[in-house]
Amino acid sequence: MIELLGIEAIGNVVRAASTVGAVLAEALVLYVAYGLLTRVAEPVVRETIEGV
Amino acid sequence: MSLLTVGLFVGFGLLIGTLFGFFGMGGSFLVTPALLVLGYPANVAVGTGLAFVFGTSVIGALRHRNHGQIDYTLAALMTVAMTAGIEVGKRTVFLLDALGAADAVISTAYVGLLAVVGLFTLRDARRDTDAGGLDLADRVQAVELWPMVSLRGGSRVSAWVIAVVGVAIGVLSGLLGVGGGFLLMPAMMYGLGVPAAVAVGTDILQITISGAFGAFVYAREGAVALPVAGALLAGSGLGARIGAGATSLVDEGDIKGYFAAMLLAGSLAVAAKYLSTPLGVPALETVSIVLVFGAALFVSAAVVLSAVCALRTGGTGHWCRVVGSGG
Repeated sequence: MIELLGIEAIGNVVRAASTVGAVLAEALVLYVAYGLLTRVAEPVVRETIEGV
Repeated sequence: MSLLTVGLFVGFGLLIGTLFGFFGMGGSFLVTPALLVLGYPANVAVGTGLAFVFGTSVIGALRHRNHGQIDYTLAALMTVAMTAGIEVGKRTVFLLDALGAADAVISTAYVGLLAVVGLFTLRDARRDTDAGGLDLADRVQAVELWPMVSLRGGSRVSAWVIAVVGVAIGVLSGLLGVGGGFLLMPAMMYGLGVPAAVAVGTDILQITISGAFGAFVYAREGAVALPVAGALLAGSGLGARIGAGATSLVDEGDIKGYFAAMLLAGSLAVAAKYLSTPLGVPALETVSIVLVFGAALFVSAAVVLSAVCALRTGGTGHWCRVVGSGG
């Protein structure tokens, strides 16, 4: 029983670490991807708005 | 989760990201009430709000690091204090949950806190003075309790003062699932005398760390809806860049009135949701949803429209005059 509880506790920690890791990974990917998108799209958007 | 729901969460994330990028706060402030309104259990709403805040603030912190706007000593001290506070707040949530009172207490605390901060911001927008804040910083710095810590901007503050402020904000963060930005920012600027730009950068780094810890402790209990946090983050990542870009074009003071209105609308939304069952008026739930999503949409639109008006020479169109009168 104690062993089962121990395994469950470790499982919970692993699951929590995976959740935080997944959010971190998504944030880093989005930081790079949206950074590139902004660099490409910003001059075009600014030019379009200023020209209206 | 259906494709439509994912799309709605991405869109909502985009709105919240725009607000977070522009004001430097307001992330989970709207996410947790929105999830409560949508019927998620209180602990899942709080845990998912913290996971979302963690992801959004990672993106914000990376941007501020590049501009040298972070006080690492202050961030480290606040981290230790807030970590202890978050653990206390989280234990309180699960205790309240076991007693069947979590929804009532969290909803009531939200209504009160959103209303108080909203009214304070509204008063600040009307008066636009910080003389009282400067007095407070002087009084805080006069507390010479060893060890004293030198902060960026030249102020010296007792580590004990920082610890007390950090624990208090941490408890609220863990209890309500908020990143703490709306409390940390004024505490650092007006209380500790840190310059505004450094306060924003340090605040966002601090939220990153406390958000990670908060998300971890809730995820350990299985109280994080990862697909929801992921969808919100996908939208907020782009919104944060739009909001941050708008800061160089629009004066925050011009929009402060809208921000205050959004906080007050959030307060009313949570109150309407909570009262719908005991009063037997299901329409109040619809009112609640409209208030939360409508307020985020309204203020995000005001930020974007103000930026567009600033870019266009003159900016004298009908909508530019309307949005310019909101501060």
